[in-house]
Amino acid sequence: MKLSFVLLEAWNGVRRNVSMVVSVILVTLVSLTFVGSAALLQLQIGNMKSYWYDKAQVAVYLCTQYSTLGSCDQQEAGDDQIAAVQAQLESDTLAPYIDKWYFENHDQAFENFTSQFKGSPVVDLVTPDLLPQTFWVNLKDPTQSAIVFEAVGGMSGVESVVDQRSYLDGIFSMLNAASLTAVGVAILMLVAAALLIATTIRLSAFSRRRELAIMRLVGASNWYIQTPFILEGVVAATIGSLLACGAIAVIVIFFVDGYLANALPTTSFVQLADAWFVFPGLLVAGAVLAASSAYVAISRYLRV
Amino acid sequence: MIRFDGVSKVYRSGNRPALHDATLEIKPGEFVFLVGASGSGKSSFLRLILREERASAGQIHVLGQELGRLSNRKVPFYRRNLGVVFQDFRLLPTKTVFDNVAFALRVLGKSEAFIHDAVPEVLGLVGLGNKENRLPHELSGGEQQRVAIARAVVNKPAILLADEPTGNLDPTTSAGIMDVLRNINTAGTTVLMATHDTAIVNDMKRRVVELREGRIIRDEAGGTYETRANPVVSFTDAQPLRADSQPIVVEPLDFDPIPAFDPMSPTSEALDLSYLDRIEEDDK
Repeated sequence: MKLSFVLLEAWNGVRRNVSMVVSVILVTLVSLTFVGSAALLQLQIGNMKSYWYDKAQVAVYLCTQYSTLGSCDQQEAGDDQIAAVQAQLESDTLAPYIDKWYFENHDQAFENFTSQFKGSPVVDLVTPDLLPQTFWVNLKDPTQSAIVFEAVGGMSGVESVVDQRSYLDGIFSMLNAASLTAVGVAILMLVAAALLIATTIRLSAFSRRRELAIMRLVGASNWYIQTPFILEGVVAATIGSLLACGAIAVIVIFFVDGYLANALPTTSFVQLADAWFVFPGLLVAGAVLAASSAYVAISRYLRV
Repeated sequence: MIRFDGVSKVYRSGNRPALHDATLEIKPGEFVFLVGASGSGKSSFLRLILREERASAGQIHVLGQELGRLSNRKVPFYRRNLGVVFQDFRLLPTKTVFDNVAFALRVLGKSEAFIHDAVPEVLGLVGLGNKENRLPHELSGGEQQRVAIARAVVNKPAILLADEPTGNLDPTTSAGIMDVLRNINTAGTTVLMATHDTAIVNDMKRRVVELREGRIIRDEAGGTYETRANPVVSFTDAQPLRADSQPIVVEPLDFDPIPAFDPMSPTSEALDLSYLDRIEEDDK
């Protein structure tokens, strides 16, 4: 079998059906852009998780004279109570799990607060005695915050123990929902792309029915008859996937790197380098989708 | 070479079998005419040999293969041993005579060197040696059919199937086509030809197999189109019988003897249009 003959037939098929091929390209482009974006969003979530979860601390808030939560009774935590919590953190049972800890008094807490909320009117309402004294604990394994809850949660003078990861989980579940939505849309688009490819191939086969009839009569092998059509679908889908890769690169360069990274300088975002890992997947997905739907379409058309 | 053992073929849409319990053997090198009215099962017979259809019952052996057991994957390789010619030529209008014939070899992956030897040779055989570069629409019907025959035999098949190859041609041109087919047969190819052409069958005096309503009703060596048992009534023959009535427009070979033909009779064949379904299927 001559490859050149088969390739030529595929190219002629593409040329004959320009409008259908363009629509296949567009649908593949849009659907694979969604797929790629969802994949990048997942990468981003993974990045942010490992970045923020490492930074997330467990805060042991001590009682202030205003608090009524936990064991507090509108009584400032006393020095002996603070010492007891500190002793607990340094004890043999807890120390192996703790990477490091530090104590933050009213004034330090106020300083941190004013620098974090600089420019916000809330700063004027806050005084140092409103902000609790806090033990900030970094765990060796951030998932084991339950140990700290158990060890110091019920102690007198402790208002509450908070794992900062619980704040992050809300954000991540929101991002997850967004990426799942993107995947859902992508799946619908991929179904449309598959059907469109099948229709295109059937049209293409119909426009060549004379040749096909003769090929079958003289005994051209099924492989020989089907390959040009499958290639036609794959060529169209591959052009679409390449454009989708381009679209994703543009999104990463101009939106993520160019805008988001400037707007939120403390957050690490996905880079073009990450996108390079997504591109081969998109190309393969486009080619496999096109090849399988074209194969099904042409096999049904040519059923002996 | 070709053997039918109790072969029946029922189409899904058909209410009666296209072929019913057909048993027949064709030996290598034979020239066989398949005759019968439209819808009598001639085309089904050829399609079964081509393995375009599978038999509903019975066995068909062609070239040592049992077609019922032939997997779809192997059908193309089986068909390389058959050549086929149709009434409507089925040439590719955008390709030259040479390329039309070469197409059959190219799709089988033959080398260009082989093609440049084989195509002029076969075009010479069918008498078109000087028309290699013409397009089909520049040729007469007879010449187009010669191209189709050249395409069918360029791969030197053991069997040539011809489905009314002279159906669109005038008698003189038809005679030329028959000369070509006779030469191909003399060279050793088995020829099976379905036809309506009375003159050709009577002239050739070869084996005649007659089908009616899917049954083989006659298998006669050196036969003619019509026999005394099954006289053919043509339009001109029918006229004297109904001299006092309006002429009945009847397609000459579509009906069996009709001395008492009554178009209103519920059993009349004239109202049986089921063969139209099959013609549509052929067109697909």
